Amino acid sequence: MTENNQSIQTPRRSVPFWAQAVIWVGLLALLGILAVSLLRAQQGTIQVGQVVDDFTLSLFEGYTYNERDEVTLSELRGKVVVVNFWASWCKPCEQEAAELEEAWRYYESSGEVVFLGVDYVDTEPEARSYLAKFDITFPSGPDRGTRISQQFRIEGVPETYFIDRDGVLRQIQTGPFPSVEAIRAIIDPLLAEE
Amino acid sequence: MKSRNIFLTASGLLLLAALLSPPSGVQAQQPTPSDDEVNAIARQLYCPVCENTPLDVCPTQACKQWRDEIRLRLAEGWTEEEILQYFVDEYGARVLAEPPRSGLNWLAYIVPPLAFLAGAYLLFRAFRSWRALARQQAAEAAPPPATNGKDEYVARLEEELRKRG
Repeated sequence: MTENNQSIQTPRRSVPFWAQAVIWVGLLALLGILAVSLLRAQQGTIQVGQVVDDFTLSLFEGYTYNERDEVTLSELRGKVVVVNFWASWCKPCEQEAAELEEAWRYYESSGEVVFLGVDYVDTEPEARSYLAKFDITFPSGPDRGTRISQQFRIEGVPETYFIDRDGVLRQIQTGPFPSVEAIRAIIDPLLAEE
Repeated sequence: MKSRNIFLTASGLLLLAALLSPPSGVQAQQPTPSDDEVNAIARQLYCPVCENTPLDVCPTQACKQWRDEIRLRLAEGWTEEEILQYFVDEYGARVLAEPPRSGLNWLAYIVPPLAFLAGAYLLFRAFRSWRALARQQAAEAAPPPATNGKDEYVARLEEELRKRG
């Protein structure tokens, strides 16, 4: 019995300090990563008033801008840029396709406005059918690796971003445009600015 | 006249042989990749539109198009790895059901087993200390030994034997 009591009273080996430090640092790092991920997930789209980071859109075969098969946003500084995210599987996108094309044709000759169609997680044959069906002529291309949509942190399609001559995001349209006038109502004030 | 008959007979035999011989140059059609083959790859990908839905069971139009894309690539002779890499290149690594083993993605593979092992170790330590505590309490609660050095039961037994003897 005495031996038993002695064995009970033997002091327990505690976890070394360095191991405790590693565990706590690891836990805090994990919590940090989780917090950053959650914040980014809840952040929503990029904010109006923010300068839009540069990106390059590779265009579908048959589409060019200034005789090149890709467009870089920074090259469009000085113009109003309309970035439209769409997909062939997206039914609401079809509701605004004709209006977007009509608006593009209205502004195209001025050279002051550029429309960019960014095809989000789509398959090329269906995307091409969509472009042909709605006779889309403004520069359009696939969002390879979803880099552009991640940059804009889009929440769905269709979404359209209006960027002014200084490269600042000025307006976001979530969902389809009801009419050409609705598109012009956003672009005209941006064009009027010096 | 005789040579004409020979010619006609030979022509007839040739025509008969041509009709009876199996068609050459035509091979069995390559089977279209089956749904099972397509789904074996599709279940390694996630729907681009709905969250947390594997591609093989997703009912959206986008997923249907992706499955058609897989079927097309399989029919063209692409391997599973090539098809998965194509989807990563086109749509990003986040479409993969299993994140690639690189960078911070390693956390997804390392942290769960480490957390499990740490939890098991903590439980082991807790059980060990609980058992030690229980033993200590049992020892403290045990009745003191008989003062005359005899067990009470033995004493009673001897007493009974003495009475009867």
